[in-house]
Amino acid sequence: MADLLTIENLTIRHVGRPLVSDVSLSVAAGERVGLIGESGSGKSLTALAAIGLLPDGMTASGSIRLSDREVIGSADRDVAGLRGTAVATIFQEPLTALDPLMRIGKQIAEAVRRRAHRDGRSVDVQAEVLGLMVRVALPDPARLARAYPHEMSGGQRQRAAIAMALACRPSLLIADEPTTALDVTTQAEVLTLLETLVREENMGLLFISHDLPVVGTAVDRVVVLRAGEMVEQGPIAEVFGRPRHPYTLGLVEAARAFDQAIGAAL
Amino acid sequence: MSDATPAFAPLPRLRLTPAFLIGATLVGLHVVVGLLTLIWTPYDPTAMTGGRLAPPSLAHWAGTDRLGRDLFTEIMIGARIALSVGIGAVAIAAAIGVTVGLLAAFASRAVDDVLAATLDILIAFPTLLLAMLIVAASDGASLGTAILAIGIAASSIVARLTRILARRVLAMDYITAARVSGTGWLGIVRIHVLPNIWPTLIVNFALQFGLAVIAEASLSYLGLGAPPPNASWGRLLQEAQATVYTAPFGAIAPGIALVSLVIGLNLFADGLRDVADPTRRRR
Repeated sequence: MADLLTIENLTIRHVGRPLVSDVSLSVAAGERVGLIGESGSGKSLTALAAIGLLPDGMTASGSIRLSDREVIGSADRDVAGLRGTAVATIFQEPLTALDPLMRIGKQIAEAVRRRAHRDGRSVDVQAEVLGLMVRVALPDPARLARAYPHEMSGGQRQRAAIAMALACRPSLLIADEPTTALDVTTQAEVLTLLETLVREENMGLLFISHDLPVVGTAVDRVVVLRAGEMVEQGPIAEVFGRPRHPYTLGLVEAARAFDQAIGAAL
Repeated sequence: MSDATPAFAPLPRLRLTPAFLIGATLVGLHVVVGLLTLIWTPYDPTAMTGGRLAPPSLAHWAGTDRLGRDLFTEIMIGARIALSVGIGAVAIAAAIGVTVGLLAAFASRAVDDVLAATLDILIAFPTLLLAMLIVAASDGASLGTAILAIGIAASSIVARLTRILARRVLAMDYITAARVSGTGWLGIVRIHVLPNIWPTLIVNFALQFGLAVIAEASLSYLGLGAPPPNASWGRLLQEAQATVYTAPFGAIAPGIALVSLVIGLNLFADGLRDVADPTRRRR
């Protein structure tokens, strides 16, 4: 099966200083890959580079193939065609990921219309928007479609953001800390929703997080980043079960100690 | 359970504050009077209809000027001139300012730096001084040059504001999300940037409107605005200056007209923000 995203020897520099060095990973259709590491380890930069949206002043070298097209070195115009079809993104903070002055239904409709326009098909936008809202389990879609982001709860906002990503019908979904801004109960619900959607749509998922337990339940394979370098990668059970690198071991033990502390307290 | 539906009211209704109502009333009054002069004025504005420098009376509500013309008629026509200058100048300032501001916000670092520095230099010039320079450089004082001069002078402020606001919007995740989903630059401007900077811009336009009215009065006062017999408030003030002790109402009446319109515009500007920005609407 062809990989949706293949990153090989990716190095990102800012004014000569490497921020990410020599990272390689791949995501196939239906595969869920986790990218974990602490804040500032280069997780989000790697994801931005994958869609060709690195901030000004940063340069990437190596190879990034998105849907069999090379991203590094190609003109923005060429990569723009991939965005919204090959890949869509969900962000950490759903409040800033949604336009504060646009009703939710209209925001989702924009994504639906854009995708339909590209495919050259005509759709019943209204129906598709409501369908997507049902898909992501937003309650009372007809009414919520008329709400502004500030009138919704955090979980509802993230669901709306997922609906917008789904409207693009991407083959690869990049989720950048999608549950970090949510409380634990909502986290679990959003994770379940993501898992279901990825399975049903046979999408690839690149899941970025610093939260070990979350990654553990959400992905099949994991890549561990530290200070911009890849320290370990492999199937989730292997990496977490028998960590080889001291950093991963430290992460896993910290999480385990936390679990035990909770277990003892209960 | 955080995912529960918040119980919101059907759709938040706009609450009109007293300040906004007062502002809208004052501005509305001037608009009505200004429009009325197109079809009717109490007297012929150029005709000598009473004694010179007469105090207010039933026949002449605001008295007469030094040539015996009805002052109230002239003030009414002054409202029309003030409003047309405000509309024209704000339209010019908006067209130039928003375009330049958006270009700067989207431009590369180098272009943006040059534009920003140019705007800062232009803003360092007092608006009135810049407008006077532009009027002086043109063929002669007329209503058109006054509008153009004030509009150009104000456009740098609008441009800088637009640039800052657009930059802030462009840094948001929803812009990245829109780019990831394949929206082009024009689409981002139309769908996200303009609606998000609009509430602040519209307030600024209303404030610029008030400043343009004052600037026009100042230019006319200095003889650089609409030439006589156009009854600009600035010219009325200037003419009344010599007789301010013998006929104080000649200065007080246009002064009240000018102040009431500018205060009205400022109050109106404040209220407009609440209309344009749904996140500020109160339930």
